[in-house]
Amino acid sequence: MKLVYTDVLVIGGGLAGLRAAIGVKRRGLDTVVLSLVPAKRSHSAAAQGGMQASLANSAMGRGDNEDVHFEDTVKGSDWGCDQQVARMFVHTAPKAVRELAGWGVPWNRVRSGEREAVVNAEKITISESPEAHGLITARDFGGTKKWRTCYTSDGTGHAMLFALGDQSIANGIPVMERKEALALIHEGGRCYGAVVRDLVTGELTSFVARATVIATGGYGRIYKVSTNGIICEGTGMGIALETGVAELGNMEAVQFHPTAIVPAGILTTEGCRGDGGLLRDVDGHRFMPDYEPEKKELASRDVVSRRMTEHMRKGKGVKSPYGDHLWLDITVLGRAHVEKNLREVKDICHYFLGIDPAVDWIPVRPTQHYSMGGIRTRHTGESTTLKGLFACGEAACWDLHGFNRLGGNSVAETVVAGMIVSEFIADFCQSDESEISIPTSLVREFHAREQGRLDELLATKGSERTSDIRRRMEEIMIDKVGIFRTGVELDEAVEELQQLLHRSRNLGLQSSVHGANPELVAAYRLQKMLKVALCVALGARERTESRGAHSREDHPQRDDSNWLKRTLTTWKNENDTLPTIDYEPIDVAGMELPPGFRGYGQANHRNHPDTEARVSEVTAIREQLEGADRFEIQNRLMPYKHLLPERYRERNERLEEPNPSS
Amino acid sequence: MQANARNLIMNETTTRTLTIQILRHNPQDPESEPRFESYQLDEAPGMTLFIALNQIRDEQAPSLQFDFVCRAGICGSCGMLINGRPGLACRTLTSKLGPEITLAPLPVFKLIGDLSVDTGAWARQMGERLETWVHQESEPDIDRLEERMDPDRAEEIYELDRCIECGCCIAACGTARMRKDFVGAAGINKMARFRLDPRDERSDEDFYELVGSDDGVFGCMTLLGCNDVCPKELPLQTQLAFMRRKMASVK
Ligand SMILES: Cc1cc2nc3c(=O)[nH]c(=O)nc-3n(C[C@H](O)[C@H](O)[C@H](O)COP(=O)(O)OP(=O)(O)OC[C@H]3O[C@@H](n4cnc5c(N)ncnc54)[C@H](O)[C@@H]3O)c2cc1C
Ligand code: SF4
Ligand code: SF4
Ligand code: FES
Repeated sequence: MKLVYTDVLVIGGGLAGLRAAIGVKRRGLDTVVLSLVPAKRSHSAAAQGGMQASLANSAMGRGDNEDVHFEDTVKGSDWGCDQQVARMFVHTAPKAVRELAGWGVPWNRVRSGEREAVVNAEKITISESPEAHGLITARDFGGTKKWRTCYTSDGTGHAMLFALGDQSIANGIPVMERKEALALIHEGGRCYGAVVRDLVTGELTSFVARATVIATGGYGRIYKVSTNGIICEGTGMGIALETGVAELGNMEAVQFHPTAIVPAGILTTEGCRGDGGLLRDVDGHRFMPDYEPEKKELASRDVVSRRMTEHMRKGKGVKSPYGDHLWLDITVLGRAHVEKNLREVKDICHYFLGIDPAVDWIPVRPTQHYSMGGIRTRHTGESTTLKGLFACGEAACWDLHGFNRLGGNSVAETVVAGMIVSEFIADFCQSDESEISIPTSLVREFHAREQGRLDELLATKGSERTSDIRRRMEEIMIDKVGIFRTGVELDEAVEELQQLLHRSRNLGLQSSVHGANPELVAAYRLQKMLKVALCVALGARERTESRGAHSREDHPQRDDSNWLKRTLTTWKNENDTLPTIDYEPIDVAGMELPPGFRGYGQANHRNHPDTEARVSEVTAIREQLEGADRFEIQNRLMPYKHLLPERYRERNERLEEPNPSS
Repeated sequence: MQANARNLIMNETTTRTLTIQILRHNPQDPESEPRFESYQLDEAPGMTLFIALNQIRDEQAPSLQFDFVCRAGICGSCGMLINGRPGLACRTLTSKLGPEITLAPLPVFKLIGDLSVDTGAWARQMGERLETWVHQESEPDIDRLEERMDPDRAEEIYELDRCIECGCCIAACGTARMRKDFVGAAGINKMARFRLDPRDERSDEDFYELVGSDDGVFGCMTLLGCNDVCPKELPLQTQLAFMRRKMASVK
């Protein structure tokens, strides 16, 4: 048995995993990062649009601060998020952007003077002040009050991931590529590491660690059409689920992006609409203002996706051999803008559609995009139920996004969570709590179990084909657990997914090679994916309300009185065909921003019994503290600074808010 | 406006049968010998080599190895020789190729199996050797306003920062094929990127230490195979010439 010891095992080499590894390494700990692919090829590289942080440098961002970012995030989440985590996040995001600037990310900068921009299909002139010249600028993204999204042209994720990838090289962190974590080693509610397979040689290695971090990204690929990279298969959630102990949170919260190209499903960035691009129907009509007169194309993602689907259902979609679609029109922005600021979009149109978006409209439709659900953690990033297991980034339900995340908040979350969680991990590892003395027999047991499973898969010649089951799962998810959901369809989905899980226990493979074997890989991932899919489908079936991206046609109302709570799923026994569901209430009485109207469509929700009382409390505190500075008011409403690692507690400086100690 | 529906790839109607020859070899398997194997499939509208290869693996060759992640031309995973020329398979439409297509792994890199090569190890080693990060004495003060940067300079840096480490330029480079330590266009471009970055405190003498040799700028024969194949259209030609001039003037 091959065995490796380290302090912190980081599973995942995307933005979240790399930043976490750098954090613990700088605290003097030994760490190893594992990744399915070279770290810089992780899916984070695909983020084009940008990263939210309230720097307030550019003219359209003036007046922005943590409070505004917080409010946008909570409303965006449809009050599903953890407001203290949201506070920790908005406070640390400016620090994250500035840290990355120091590490080489070439953020676009403010240029003083006047420039033209397209807002709401109209040309406007923006005048940037000389004092902001050279500071980091921001663009507009859906669901935000201010222009807050920092960017590097249209390669933000790439530039961030390369900066962190190179920083991890600079810090001498070993990143082991083409390695896949197959199972977590755990006993008595404590996680001790993972059994890992080398994708080239097929060899297993057991990693034993004081702390194990899952930063494996989302589960988009359980859906047939997704903007996600093909490695976003949710196996990180799968291995957590298979412990029977770790909880997954809000798995039914799945976001659809309004503008992926048809048929390839490749994303065109939100920046297209942020910069002034329009959505048009089969008649060339700009339809979003009919539904959302105020926010139009820039309403939050879940809203735009639903409006588009609604409009296509009215017969206003454009027919194609791949189903109906709508048009995204960025011709209004002009060629110079498209070629400079939206070049990635231009390339995608050129290579995958054979069109030029400076003159042609782009065929788009809503496509699975982001996984709000994930491994449920405390504010420290540690699993609520499995000690020594941490999670961050898209793989975690920390819970910053609730039922809908805002564009630009995700790459921001990956880095911010990496910064914060790595401090807590380091504290944990440097405390007596993290002492581990596990018998090698336990490691041997997990190791042997995984080897046994692989051997069995290769030896038994069952009658089922992996790809048939996989394809069917993907179809069920998109057809029945998609943008609009109904109880009847969700029942069918849950039923059929269970049958698929049964069938997946009887696979027959053609090849029997132990080493590099793509067929084997697909086969052993299948059950994990089906279990994750069942968490999504069952969570969605049980949640008889609509909230954020979870939209039940048979229960269109947001129902705070019954559903202001987080879904928790666990997989208790290996032979179960359904997860066990539990709920965790969200505390209204402690909210800084009590539940209210989100600001899209019609106000339509049922109040929580505690809402009224909390609203009066908040109003009273605000009245009482009238004239006090915003920090004092915030602190009275919902203290959170004590939750942050000490090194991240200082205030953020802005042009309009000079640092008091400088 | 509706005119654009006309040239949409997905509305293509002709169907061809494609014959794809793939150079197959599994170095892990002592029995394996490099050989071409031929696969046929019906072309579908909008088909890319990503779709075609997955279909071949699904239906005809379950053990076929290749690498894709983003399938959108962004992550640099899928470099291979497409009819002899290095390129990204995921964003190559079959309709742009003839009915007979030959695929082979990128040369120079270590072969993992079939079309999969170890560009990851190459990139890591390049990063370590050329120290491809901003060298700055002080840590960024994350609580204060960030250092200012000229907006044009930021965009120029991004231009060179766009390299996705796909390895196509290396595979197309005669020098890289002969000299295993040659840093290649990707490496020289990275040095140009950090040299341009005002945050990086390294001097030309420092850069000379890294690329001022025959394994660096002076090994380049300026035949520009690299420049023609770079999928990100990085200005490699200009950067190579520029860096050579700068390095030549150091000593
Ligand atoms: C097309 C696209 C565009 C986007 N644009 C934006 C944007 O503009 N702004 C924004 O804020 N967000 C955006 N997002 C979302 C954002 O990019 C992601 O949420 C974020 O990058 C996820 O980062 P991560 O580090 O959590 O995971 P990832 O980057 O997905 O990394 C996961 C890592 O885990 C590894 N891994 C997975 N499973 C295993 C396993 N079993 N064993 C070992 N390793 C494993 C992988 O190899 C990889 O290294 C976009 C997403 C998409 C799909
Ligand atoms: S110009 Fe230089 S780097 Fe480019 S292919 Fe020729 S020898 Fe290689
Ligand atoms: S320079 Fe171009 S061809 Fe070379 S690795 Fe970078 S992106 Fe690929
Ligand atoms: S798969 Fe990412 S570039 Fe081809």
